Amino acid sequence: MPSATLLGQALISGVLAGGMYGLLALGLSLSWGLLRLVNLSHFALAFLAAYLTYELGTTYHVAPWWSVLIIVPSMFAIGLAQHWVFVRFKVNELGSLLITFSFAVILEVGIQLYWTADYRRFETHYATWSIKAGPFYIPVLELILCLVAGVLAWGTWLWLRKTYVGKALRASAEDADIAAAYGVDHRKLAYLLSGIGAAYAGVAGTFIALIATLAPAQIWAWLGVVFAVVIIGRLGNPLGALAAGMLIGASESIAMAVFSPAWAPVVSFSVLIAILLWDPEWS
Amino acid sequence: MRERMGSWRRRHVLAGLLGSTAMLSAPAILRAAPSGKPVRVGGTLSLTGFLAQTAVIHKIASEIMVEEINSRDGFLGRPVEYVLLDDQSKPDVARSLYEKLITVDKVDLIQGPYATAPILAAMGVAQRYGKVIVQSSMGIPKLQTYDMAFPATPFGPEPDKSYPNVILDAMASLPAPPKNMVILTSKFPSAQFMAQGMKVEAEKRGVKVPLYLEYEAGNRDFGAIAARVKEANADFLWVGSLGLESNQILEALKKLEYTPKGSFHLYPAPGPLALSPDGNLAWSSTFLEPDEPFMSRPGVAKIAAAYKERATKANLPYPLIDAQAAGMVSEWQILEQGVNGAKSLDDKQIAAFLKKNVVNTIYGPLKFDGLYNHGAPAQLIRQVQNKEWKVVWPREFAAPGVKLLP
Repeated sequence: MPSATLLGQALISGVLAGGMYGLLALGLSLSWGLLRLVNLSHFALAFLAAYLTYELGTTYHVAPWWSVLIIVPSMFAIGLAQHWVFVRFKVNELGSLLITFSFAVILEVGIQLYWTADYRRFETHYATWSIKAGPFYIPVLELILCLVAGVLAWGTWLWLRKTYVGKALRASAEDADIAAAYGVDHRKLAYLLSGIGAAYAGVAGTFIALIATLAPAQIWAWLGVVFAVVIIGRLGNPLGALAAGMLIGASESIAMAVFSPAWAPVVSFSVLIAILLWDPEWS
Repeated sequence: MRERMGSWRRRHVLAGLLGSTAMLSAPAILRAAPSGKPVRVGGTLSLTGFLAQTAVIHKIASEIMVEEINSRDGFLGRPVEYVLLDDQSKPDVARSLYEKLITVDKVDLIQGPYATAPILAAMGVAQRYGKVIVQSSMGIPKLQTYDMAFPATPFGPEPDKSYPNVILDAMASLPAPPKNMVILTSKFPSAQFMAQGMKVEAEKRGVKVPLYLEYEAGNRDFGAIAARVKEANADFLWVGSLGLESNQILEALKKLEYTPKGSFHLYPAPGPLALSPDGNLAWSSTFLEPDEPFMSRPGVAKIAAAYKERATKANLPYPLIDAQAAGMVSEWQILEQGVNGAKSLDDKQIAAFLKKNVVNTIYGPLKFDGLYNHGAPAQLIRQVQNKEWKVVWPREFAAPGVKLLP
């Protein structure tokens, strides 16, 4: 039987790892829930941001907290351009899946051409910093990631609930024609939301560069678990995405501590199936 | 008189110039440059997909070797042309492409792909068409059951038994030999195969294994795994890792303020582990490093220099030749000696020659007369010392002044 310290440490690791799932799920959940566009290229954009963070950090010695100031607006602009393509070619939900998959593949090839297929690691002296709390260790970078994910999820939730723009976006997602009858310009708002989703991918990418391994094929490593998180957290619900991310992360980590690490990938989909069958009020 | 002298001088200067030119160009003239219809050698590498980071190393090594072979006599005096296709790291794609190479492109010979699964796929096709296949990276030799398949890397027929004992011998040589070890491995088949062998051999020799863990290839978070390794607090950590997993595991351990007393890493990304502050004194497997005594082998220094130049140009983070690149060099050396030794492009004759003869490769002399066409194993242990990999075990392969550090 694992000790309480092991279980506690696994729980901390899992919740913090879940912060990354939540952060990656945030932009995807918004575009899928509110624009009805399934943006598979979200993962590729996050990795492009990760590689840019790596490049700026290793070649030009730009600290990641400065590089994010360049990367996030750039990603926002890419999000706008991507949405222009969706509008121009009248892309529907299924079509978006195919087009964004193609876009992700093109980005993967582009990344491979420039940075090669070799593994890249952005080594920093603070990558292994931890805070000691009793018998537990809290990794600093992952904690910051979780806090950033929390602020973004909470801020986005408030924006969608409390502001006119947020309410208009939700109304358009419910019924675009009725919202338009009330003077909501759905098209402009959709551009804004696309940009924000891509910008969130930029933020996630910066953290990916700091805590994970970079290889072009890794783009697809997060896909399954993040999709499960988006569905469990409910489409278009930023707080739900974060909570679901942490739930999955913690479940995976406890499974690794109690049973075998090889069980971790099974956990996210088992939780997804269980919640879909149970269909609780909050999901 | 002065005129005659001037004319004499001019004639001698001209003669000297002609002579020098002739001398300088002599090697090129005397060497019979390969000519005629090229001998086409087809193969695939995982240029895209999850194995792509290794394929780029093999591609560079292949390009160097094709140029090298063509600068000599080619294959039977004919130039060699390498027909390389991308199997996308997928065994099913590899299978189809080898079928295409043999039946549509009608290549004369084939060269093996990278990694166990694509090799197995290609081997099936090679067997169907009776082609010789040379491969350098099948981590589970017992799966190589085709009698015209040849290993270019000296794993030996049972590396799950032989290599753990090399590691255990090295451990036993330490001032305080480890009494127990944690085994942590990726479920990637060749890593898992070696990990299971390590567990069996360690227990046979009285080294206890209090914790044996397997994780999925591509595992993202090592926090919980690190907590279990820390709690086990064994004398040694054996990691069946691939690529940067070793760095991730050591970092996750460091976040828990735990440094393993000693650690071995099966197939790590060599550069990042050597350069990582957590990688100091880490052990790993190898067959060759750019150091003595390996660099004294004929032609190795030249190949190593060419590899360094091209790998740097290709922006590879670790541009030094190691066992990975050497595997592909060895593949071409085996094929070259097989064809020229058999004096034929006929696969059966090449296979017969290889089975009867010793072939000189970058790894030293190789034989194919044992189980699964393997010769004797030649695994070595290297250790990170001052951010460089050094061969430390067996002692006779360590460079002068280098030894295994506890």
